[in-house]
Amino acid sequence: MQRTWTAPFAWVGRSAVETAAAFGRFGVFGARAGRAVADVATWGRMLVVQMARLGVASLPIALFIAAFTGIVLSLQASYTFTGTVPEYFVGTLVGKTVILELGPVLTGLALAGRVGANIAAELGTMRVTEQIDALETLGYDPVSYLVIPRVVAGVLMFPVVVACADAVGVAAGWVTALNLLDMSTPEFVRGLRLFFLPFDVQYSLVKAASFGFAVTAVGTHFGFHTAGGAEAVGRSTTQAVVVSSMLILVLDAFWAVALL
Amino acid sequence: MSIELRGIRKAFGPRVILEDVTLTVEEGETLAVIGYSGVGKSVLLKSIVRLLEPDAGTVLVDGQDVGLLPREQLLELRRRIGYVFQFAALFDSLSVFDNVALGLRRQGSMNEAAIATRVGESLRLVELEGFEERFPGQISGGQRKRVGLARAIATRPRYLLYDEPTTGLDPVTTAVIDRLILKLARELGVTSLVVTHDMKSAYRIATRIAMLDQGRIRFVGTPAEIQQSADPVVRGFIEGRPELAQEVA
Repeated sequence: MQRTWTAPFAWVGRSAVETAAAFGRFGVFGARAGRAVADVATWGRMLVVQMARLGVASLPIALFIAAFTGIVLSLQASYTFTGTVPEYFVGTLVGKTVILELGPVLTGLALAGRVGANIAAELGTMRVTEQIDALETLGYDPVSYLVIPRVVAGVLMFPVVVACADAVGVAAGWVTALNLLDMSTPEFVRGLRLFFLPFDVQYSLVKAASFGFAVTAVGTHFGFHTAGGAEAVGRSTTQAVVVSSMLILVLDAFWAVALL
Repeated sequence: MSIELRGIRKAFGPRVILEDVTLTVEEGETLAVIGYSGVGKSVLLKSIVRLLEPDAGTVLVDGQDVGLLPREQLLELRRRIGYVFQFAALFDSLSVFDNVALGLRRQGSMNEAAIATRVGESLRLVELEGFEERFPGQISGGQRKRVGLARAIATRPRYLLYDEPTTGLDPVTTAVIDRLILKLARELGVTSLVVTHDMKSAYRIATRIAMLDQGRIRFVGTPAEIQQSADPVVRGFIEGRPELAQEVA
């Protein structure tokens, strides 16, 4: 009887301790990664490969999402504005929304699935098959060899992917306006330039870099600390995707408060 | 020059794996550590290179206390120790050549031509010449273990630690691996610690055999001595007769 009413409190206590421990592990991992950054000779050699894997290989999915986002935004803007707001505001809405919000956030969420899951699964498998231990026995710091190149590649390449996604999203909106909304190019461009600020692009790229950091840091953390077998690898992968997706939304709100 | 374990204790949560292990691996010998599955043999091996940190006790390698070494010195010490993993732990994305060259590249003291020569020598020692361009997914389990062995010896370490080198192999491949262990000990003069539960293997390769049981070293002696042991737990294990050990329990 006593156990029944104390059980929820015990669960809350356990959860609090586990959460605190998880933050502690991430802190220790971050400190270790901070030290490993100095080992440029190790991670520098792996960087280009990771930039290609994380960035270049992610372009197709990012551009696919951006193109359809641009099309839908253009059509929805026209639908909303009809009869009330001049049609050229379609260009304004497409430009502002893609560059400030949907380009970086949708790309970030897609890459949280693609890149974050890939990193967590790869490092998790390396952990359970003792490949990370093998690196240690060969005299390598596995954080320098595996973690730093992925995180640096994420910070450098997410903005590149998002810049391409922004461009394709706006271009898709423009092509849609031309072909389905009977707008002319000068009309669309007029709206696009109306409230455009160069800062919008900077804002988009800063967000993208922070998303790149979050996705790769979380993916490497969960992968690196995988313990067990195949099931644990699956769990780490899921956790990496969920936590990095949540972090992207939190960071999105943070940058809006901090920079806008 | 030796490996010394003094009073090693290691627990995972409430489960005590190693209670009080004291053991010395003398220079030039091949010491086999035997024991039931889950008794902590691999934990013991990992404690030597600090892949796992003991809760208590001291590990000395060449007189250096492994537990007290700063990270850089620890990495330097690990380069003197070759480690052969139970399932080889090869890097899937790297060719056999690059797997074997990995430790040499880390040392930074050899150019690519010298590394290629050393990799070739190491693969020849494990009888895998011509496998340089293959990937781990393209070779058999026994060949993977031999590549793992080549990787461990490529840096010409003073010590070799083997974690279950013959587990899961057929009898013929097991004999090949045993022969390689003996050959490496003879030709490279390395000191070896082999964790195994394969008694045939242990008799073939070991100069001494230690039995780990319930977190402690229960027996240490030559292969001839262990075969004459009167201890029922030791006899039960080496003869594959669990009823002898159960009588003691």
